[in-house]
Amino acid sequence: MKARIHVTLKPGILDPQGKAIQHALGALGFGAVDKVRQGKVIDLELAETDPEAARANLTEMCEKLLANTVIENYAIELDAGPERSTAP
Amino acid sequence: MKAAVVVFPGSNCDRDVQVALTRSMGAASDTKAPSNGAPIMVWHKDADFDKVDLIVLPGGFSYGDYLRCGAMAAHSPAMREVVRRAKAGVPVLGICNGFQMLTETGLLPGALLRNARLKFVCRDVHIRVETSQTLFTSRYQAGAALRVPIAHHDGNYTAGADQLERMEARGQIAFRYCEADGAVTEAANPNGATRNVAGVYNEAKTVLGMMPHPERLADPALGGIDGRPLFDGLVEALS
Repeated sequence: MKARIHVTLKPGILDPQGKAIQHALGALGFGAVDKVRQGKVIDLELAETDPEAARANLTEMCEKLLANTVIENYAIELDAGPERSTAP
Repeated sequence: MKAAVVVFPGSNCDRDVQVALTRSMGAASDTKAPSNGAPIMVWHKDADFDKVDLIVLPGGFSYGDYLRCGAMAAHSPAMREVVRRAKAGVPVLGICNGFQMLTETGLLPGALLRNARLKFVCRDVHIRVETSQTLFTSRYQAGAALRVPIAHHDGNYTAGADQLERMEARGQIAFRYCEADGAVTEAANPNGATRNVAGVYNEAKTVLGMMPHPERLADPALGGIDGRPLFDGLVEALS
């Protein structure tokens, strides 16, 4: 089963990388950008086929390693992965 | 005093720490053939190392800083043992990447974020000793300004407001970035760390994490010895 984890900074945590991206967009002429925050996407392929079990495992993976829950939030998407991208 | 320095793939300050500790322990300075007094070097896969009075987690780029600095190292067999011993009261010193590992394991509160101005900062800074009443700082005066090098990309300490208040109340802030005269100012803050925090203790003050490198300024040949009293103090307290 494919899974996609989104790891994002908690609101209020300083994101200087997001700010740098915002400035770079401004320099490219995209001025109407009020805020940018950068996160990360982790794609996994699990042997597990049961969604409940998969979700439980993934939650534990996020709590223990994939996210630092002091400063990051995570979201788990099952049956999601690179093939689902809308980009051409 | 018996000490251990844990070595991870990508650690690069482990030998500097070994040299600094060895000097303070008064043992032979030839690190290729350490005498009985020198610290043992523990490979990250080894969960079964000797009982020691002090464990040091050195600086470097363990696991290439992949995922997050110190995140992978926090789960190595040696670190699981370090956590167990730390909870039982064994003193632990984490320097730079070692500090990052300590926050990742939850042995210290808060987290280290990317430096606020996004640059890797590699230069000497000054840090103020907030208290001299600990194992680590007994050879310093409270309020003293030390000159020590930093070399990091992710040293921007953060913790929740309530958490910080509790830490301040309990004297858990170990060092703050400051001017040469000890004034804690924004200009003296190299990475945006909240309240200029450069190092923190756990509640019991047996675990210290700090971003600056005391082991890199513990020998006149390195240009300064402000870091030396930290190791001397530890040897005195734990022997």
